[in-house]
Amino acid sequence: MNGIINLLVNGLATGMLIFLLASGLTLIFGLMSVLNFAHGGLFAWGAYGGVWLYAATGSFFVAILGAVVIGMLLGLVLERLVIRPVYGNHIQQILVTLGAMLVLSELLKVVFGPNPLKADVPPLLNGSWEVEGVILIKYRLFIICIGAIVFAGLLFVLKRTKIGLIVRAGVMNPEMVQALGIPIRRVFTLVFMAGAGLAALGGALLAPYSGVIFAEMGMQFAILAFIVVVIGGMGSIQGSAFAALLVGLSGAFMAYYVPELSLAANMLLMVIVLLIKPSGLFGAKG
Amino acid sequence: MTLLQVRGIETHIGQYHILQGVTFEVVPGEITVLLGRNGAGKTTTLRSIMGLNPVSKGEISFQGERVEALPTHRISRQGIGYVPEDQGIFPDLTVGETMRIAMRLNDDHTKARLEWVLELFPDLHKFWGRKSGLLSGGQKQMLAISRAYVNDNRLLLIDEPSKGLAPIMVEKLMLAIEQMKAKTTVLLVEQNFMMASRIGHRYYLMDEGRIVSEGMMAELQQDEATRRKYLGIA
Repeated sequence: MNGIINLLVNGLATGMLIFLLASGLTLIFGLMSVLNFAHGGLFAWGAYGGVWLYAATGSFFVAILGAVVIGMLLGLVLERLVIRPVYGNHIQQILVTLGAMLVLSELLKVVFGPNPLKADVPPLLNGSWEVEGVILIKYRLFIICIGAIVFAGLLFVLKRTKIGLIVRAGVMNPEMVQALGIPIRRVFTLVFMAGAGLAALGGALLAPYSGVIFAEMGMQFAILAFIVVVIGGMGSIQGSAFAALLVGLSGAFMAYYVPELSLAANMLLMVIVLLIKPSGLFGAKG
Repeated sequence: MTLLQVRGIETHIGQYHILQGVTFEVVPGEITVLLGRNGAGKTTTLRSIMGLNPVSKGEISFQGERVEALPTHRISRQGIGYVPEDQGIFPDLTVGETMRIAMRLNDDHTKARLEWVLELFPDLHKFWGRKSGLLSGGQKQMLAISRAYVNDNRLLLIDEPSKGLAPIMVEKLMLAIEQMKAKTTVLLVEQNFMMASRIGHRYYLMDEGRIVSEGMMAELQQDEATRRKYLGIA
């Protein structure tokens, strides 16, 4: 039983990390219909930015906040220079954002060097608690909490605030939103920056979790995030959260019980979901 | 003083030269009607005023200020409300959420306008929590008009409000627009001549991207030859 609880916590923590990455992706795709393959690059920059800032300041809070700001600023540059000219054209979006992904990865090597970097868990979150014989690792619980807060925050903003309503209306009819006196392009830039910030937050939280970061990590996690977005349904925050937890948990349990199948688990999950519901678990029809 | 002055505007959409020197003006407190057959350029004229189809030539002045080079959201903020031909509804948002987005201010004046428009269209009050996409055609039109009206806009551009609606609903909308006239000025695009002639003061008749006839609506009602030639009605 203790082993199962440990696997649950591990799976949930991994799932929440994937959710942070996938939520930014689904926000950008679902609300702006932009296929952003550079998302993994923003994730990697968040990880490097967090590690560098933590080393420089000694404050994990500043490191996380700084990483999010780095992600948002990179998102701003990316949206203005790379994405804006290709709004509405998915093929061009795939090409230019894949290019941007490579540039972001290579820039990491230029700035931080080609070797992997070590990432430490801050002392406050280091170690574990033992409850009734179950070992609960503090940092993993921290990630689960942050993921839950981000999920609740995103839903609140989109469903309850005026800016959330404007974003949702802008997706349905951008022309009409402009005709109501709202600068929709500026709103979309903010959405893109928010998505990029979430990716960077995921990266910054992952770094101490995995212990080592490297420039190509973005692509590896971007594929996982795309799988999650497809399983959950493009554009659904709830779908991304559910699918991310599903992927995290299935990964943890399969690695323990059927290790030879664990690498294929995500793909199998995606194939099964797409066969049963092509629009994803929470996706709208069509 | 005129509220809106359009002088010699030309608009291209892709390779097509849609508006070919359109000139007209809108006087405050009146309902001015743009008439014409399908494809005459009426909708493009409204979209050009809103900056949704930018003009390539000509001038548009609103309250004495040039607006043709401004982006759409700034034109709207000058005080122009827009009701597009397809109503521009946000199907997944409720009536209440739609009105919340539309209201630029949350002051007493805007709230009073909201109350007034909800009295005018009680259906919107009744279906406040219903998704806009689930409303009937007439209710969607009511929502689109209310959304444009709720801010203190001095001019409303309304594109074919009667299109696809049952006669009883057309009658209802016509009465509502007439009541709005006391609080705002209206530039109406309409193919339904019966409706337009009952509520319009001044008309401009369009054909092939140009104004071909203009005057008071009462004059057009007497001018059977012009009506037959450009509208195909006796």
